[in-house]
Amino acid sequence: MTEITEVPSPFCGMGTDDLSIQVDGIALKVIKNGCAVNTPLFEQAVTDTKARVDGKEVDFDVAVAKAAVLLKATLQPVIGGCATDVNGMRALLALADRIGAVVDNMNFTGARNNFLALQDSGWMNTTLAEVKNRCDFLLVVGADLEAIVPRFFERFIWPQEAMFLEHPHQREIIYLGKVPSGDASTAPDGRKAQALECAVTDLPDVVAVLRALVKGRPIRAESVSGIAIADLQALADKLKAAKYGVVTWAAGALNYRQAELTVQTLSEMIKDINDQNARCSGLPLAGKEGDQTANQVCGWTTGYPARTRFSRGYPEYDPYLNDTKFLLANDEADALLWVQAFNSRSVPPATHLPTIVVGRSGMTFEKEPNVFIPVGTPGIDHAGHAYRMDNVVAIRLKKLRDAGLPSTAQVLSAIEHAL
Amino acid sequence: MLIKLTGGCVYDPASGVDGKKQDIYIQDGRIVKKPAKDVPIDKDYDLKGKVVMSGAIDMHTHIGGGKGNIARTLLPEDHRQDPVARTSITRSGCGHAMPSTFVTGYRYAEMGYTAGFEPAVLPINARQAHMEMADIPILDKGGYVMLGSDDYLLRMLTAKKDQKAINDYVAWTIQSAKAIGVKVVNPGGINAFKFNQRKLDLDEQNSHYGVTPRDILRVLATAVKEIGVSHPLHVHGCNLGVPGNMQTTLDTIQGIGGLPMHLTHIQFHSYGTEGDFKFSSGAAQIAEAVNKNKNITIDVGQILFGQTVTASGDNMRQHANHKHASPNKWVTMDIECDAGCGVVPFKYKDQNFVNALQWAIGLETFLLVDDPWRIFLTTDHPNGAPFTSYPHLIRLLMDRSFRNDVLATIHPEAQKMTTLASITREYSLNEIAIMTRAGAAKLIGLKDRGGLSPGNFADITVYTENADRQRMFEKPDYVFKDGQLVVVDGKVVSTKWGTTHTVQPAFDPSVEKGLKDYFDRYLTMKLGNFKISDDEITEDGRSSLTVHPLKGVA
Repeated sequence: MTEITEVPSPFCGMGTDDLSIQVDGIALKVIKNGCAVNTPLFEQAVTDTKARVDGKEVDFDVAVAKAAVLLKATLQPVIGGCATDVNGMRALLALADRIGAVVDNMNFTGARNNFLALQDSGWMNTTLAEVKNRCDFLLVVGADLEAIVPRFFERFIWPQEAMFLEHPHQREIIYLGKVPSGDASTAPDGRKAQALECAVTDLPDVVAVLRALVKGRPIRAESVSGIAIADLQALADKLKAAKYGVVTWAAGALNYRQAELTVQTLSEMIKDINDQNARCSGLPLAGKEGDQTANQVCGWTTGYPARTRFSRGYPEYDPYLNDTKFLLANDEADALLWVQAFNSRSVPPATHLPTIVVGRSGMTFEKEPNVFIPVGTPGIDHAGHAYRMDNVVAIRLKKLRDAGLPSTAQVLSAIEHAL
Repeated sequence: MLIKLTGGCVYDPASGVDGKKQDIYIQDGRIVKKPAKDVPIDKDYDLKGKVVMSGAIDMHTHIGGGKGNIARTLLPEDHRQDPVARTSITRSGCGHAMPSTFVTGYRYAEMGYTAGFEPAVLPINARQAHMEMADIPILDKGGYVMLGSDDYLLRMLTAKKDQKAINDYVAWTIQSAKAIGVKVVNPGGINAFKFNQRKLDLDEQNSHYGVTPRDILRVLATAVKEIGVSHPLHVHGCNLGVPGNMQTTLDTIQGIGGLPMHLTHIQFHSYGTEGDFKFSSGAAQIAEAVNKNKNITIDVGQILFGQTVTASGDNMRQHANHKHASPNKWVTMDIECDAGCGVVPFKYKDQNFVNALQWAIGLETFLLVDDPWRIFLTTDHPNGAPFTSYPHLIRLLMDRSFRNDVLATIHPEAQKMTTLASITREYSLNEIAIMTRAGAAKLIGLKDRGGLSPGNFADITVYTENADRQRMFEKPDYVFKDGQLVVVDGKVVSTKWGTTHTVQPAFDPSVEKGLKDYFDRYLTMKLGNFKISDDEITEDGRSSLTVHPLKGVA
């Protein structure tokens, strides 16, 4: 039994790298700094190490050959999931380029709210260490932060000290839309975060009014979606008075149509504040289970985020038409390759199409895929790289054990070579 | 395999060869001496009438790192203008302003380039820079690590730490980030922007630290010299793009007190305030100062007309320039108490007075600086123009009548404000070879690269002599990388992976004591997880590390 310290986590997107993990054979136990997201994903058991074809255990090479045969026979394969490390994505994109596949990260529909805003008007953002040391005012829009990133407050808002805040415990937090589910946002002195509650679907109206107030535009109404204009005015004043204000949101939590316009309004509001001689930055929360990794690697390999097709021999990005769900529902695809190395519970969508799964050991299926090749998890079974939610920081993942499982990159490269 | 290149006209300034008929022999990836008579030649290339140079080296090009990927993500409409299909030997991707990594490698190689250096590697983003560069085929790569707006250095300066402590920190950062040089961008300005300062002159204090850009430049230039890094401190100065910044640049040259210093994309820092538009060329004054101060090297950062995107660590200046964004979308970031970045798309127009004069200022600079060993051919890709415009730029430098023809088409007021028409100089092939090969290798301190004498790696480009220099340089007959034939007639015929060039200056290991405490208290990553290990570069077998010697250090 050994204990490994300073273990980085690829799961939650915060890139926490202070976990201590006990390794007993191939069983892992998080013994320090675990959380509701990371601990279960580290501790998922290895159940199968053998590949299967049509439900029967076969040698690795046989499964790889079968996957190649299936893919060769297709005209429009889709590679979904795309939840793996940098080397896994490299191999995935090489294979996609070769077979003319659609590449679609499984959380892209949420992330699209950010990409559409970014690609239409841009933004001014910051990263976690800046938040930790500079942020004196935090606005949380439409997200229950602690459910998404359980240790966010402990690590970045309430640390003992910050470089540029004399009293980091006096930071002010306001929630807009959602109310926090727990007490993580409560200051060490017991001060609770203020919450201006409304239905998440009403955020477009509320955020539009907030931006208007930031710009000094007159508002005749007295309230919007149940929130008093006076409260929003006070919020606008606080954003402009902050030394280093930060506005955070989770693109996936804004689950209503055209939520990209909410992200855009927030991002343009942040720009407005910076044009009024104050500093303010956005902090888009995203990126669990390799989302940022998929988009980053696809970004430098193709120029586009990870909802891109290669069917015409070159990459073509379409944030709507290249959606796996859409392609399956419209019979526009003829095979599905599902890649998910982080989470055995994240299984492919139901489909009648030939299906190949390159998935974390332990996956169980309602309908057995034609080919299942269990793989190791980056940061547990092999070393690798993954991106943090703030996109700038790539973390070096460690190998913690040897369960005899191949990496995503090894499997996908083998399939490519077998073609 | 023994390869012979027979009868080409060789330009090898590293050996003082200026257009001489010479045979070159290649074996095991290197250039070798003429073998004994009885040794059979496996492959002989007849290069009669051809021009032979070593592979070109771009010493300042943004090809790896987060801001480049932001630029890519920001501009799907630009990629759609230039889709690149896969072939049996090359990967698909996109081209134009900020090409995909694979296309970056192919297109550089297809112009005869065999190495490119990313000048703005944030320590915290160095992993990404190396991972992106690892996906650039054919080229060798390297990076200059960015310091000067990081809170750790500024805290050291406020605490009056001695030069030795700073040297240790700089050397440690170079090793941790696997870099080959050190860059400073708007010294202290990126940091000051986080405290809501919107400009920072050379002698203006950071409002929190009380430190000035002049202080930062001095300690970093000293550190780079004392720890033995060949490449002088690579400086993106204060006040980029601001009319009148010529004076800041002259003061920066004076202020460094004779220490080696490289001023990058100096075109953007050579502006006066004369004329009706209060915007004029400072190229003559800058060139005079460069000619006089032998400790100074520069690259130009030439702008060329058309759509591109600017990607810089200088978020203070990029924010100030966002009103020029075309199309109107832009990104700035504050990054990890380390630095920042700003990405602003630009369309340089020949009928815009400022853009037209910027074009002329760059060319004046090229033509007025005497010593080709101290000036380098760059567009600050993609900031002034995409790197694919180099052959056009070379023609502008080598062909006065062509240059004057283009000059006659730009904004008429800009024509009146430049001396370009009266400058008769035309660059020679030997001078081009110095700027893009021998000089670059010497500046960066690359051992066994940038020359054609025996012992050098066989990075070789062969062109067909053509009076139209643009056509000549955009389509080499052959390019060899480490002895492998990778390009024929301007098209990639085979690919390989290049190496990553680094230096490893020594530091006192006790430097990590203070750093560990700082990381634990203030940063979001453990010190041990921050440092890039060798296997991160080499583990998938596609890249390797090359460590170059230090200067004047035993």
